[in-house]
Amino acid sequence: MMQGKMAVVGSAETITVFQAAGVEAFPVTDEKSARETLRRVAHDFPVVFLSEEYAGPLKDLLRRFDEEAYPVVLPIPTGKAAGYGEEFLRDTMERALGVDILFRK
Amino acid sequence: MARLNVNPTRMELKKLKARLSTAVRGHKLLKDKSDEMVRRFTLLLREDKRLRDEVEGDLARAMKQFALAGALTPSYVQAAAFSMPAATVGADCGTENVMGVEVPKISLTESEHSAALPYAFSEITSEADDSVRMVSALLPKLLRLAEVEKAVRLLSYEIERNKRRVNALEYVMIPQLEETIKYIRNKLDENERAAIVRLMKVKSLS
Repeated sequence: MMQGKMAVVGSAETITVFQAAGVEAFPVTDEKSARETLRRVAHDFPVVFLSEEYAGPLKDLLRRFDEEAYPVVLPIPTGKAAGYGEEFLRDTMERALGVDILFRK
Repeated sequence: MARLNVNPTRMELKKLKARLSTAVRGHKLLKDKSDEMVRRFTLLLREDKRLRDEVEGDLARAMKQFALAGALTPSYVQAAAFSMPAATVGADCGTENVMGVEVPKISLTESEHSAALPYAFSEITSEADDSVRMVSALLPKLLRLAEVEKAVRLLSYEIERNKRRVNALEYVMIPQLEETIKYIRNKLDENERAAIVRLMKVKSLS
């Protein structure tokens, strides 16, 4: 068991509320700074919430966290650009099972 | 299927037979492992979906509430009020073993987390209070989602790897070994027959 803190990375207006709830906030303004910040923060914090709008552009970086149990980077929906969740599920499901068991229509 | 490049001797035959039985046993075990992993995976996947739907709804509500609060308070006041959170939340991070895959296990530890909000009531409106409270209440669920999502991710890679191993055994290793064993057996039988014929010939000559 290790003690860790949580961090949130995203645009300033969306993460303030997390800051108030006791999560450490790292505001970013664009994709480049988000990449920098995420890399740094993921090094120090075991749990990082990432604003979902940056999940798409930083996909390659997120993939690198898939190798180990920690750090856990969770893209969270913050209003803008939803759809990461569904894509994530679809992608994972396809890799492991090869069939769609959730979104069959 | 190509056979292995070995000498057709009794020694090699014995060795290959041992390898074949190991391969078959390994294949069966890995297949069972794969089945169980897929079962766990589907369970986790469903939980992930359910949690994500819930979190998306709740978070959208909290964000909307917070945006509303932001409209009522100047942003610098808000930034100042929220920059010093009184209640710091931490996370207990351990790992759990799911079918040989290390997955994170996180639980929330909160220090003196209560109804007390980390700022003076005079500066911030009650809309903001609500949104902060909503997000605080949402944190355990978010952590669970983080945990499940990571587990699903790690399991999916492990299932893929395992599937490759099973297929390699089933479609390459085992046929190859079987073919080689058959070849050696034929060769040895052939030699035996040749020896008998030779003996018979020698006997009839004398």
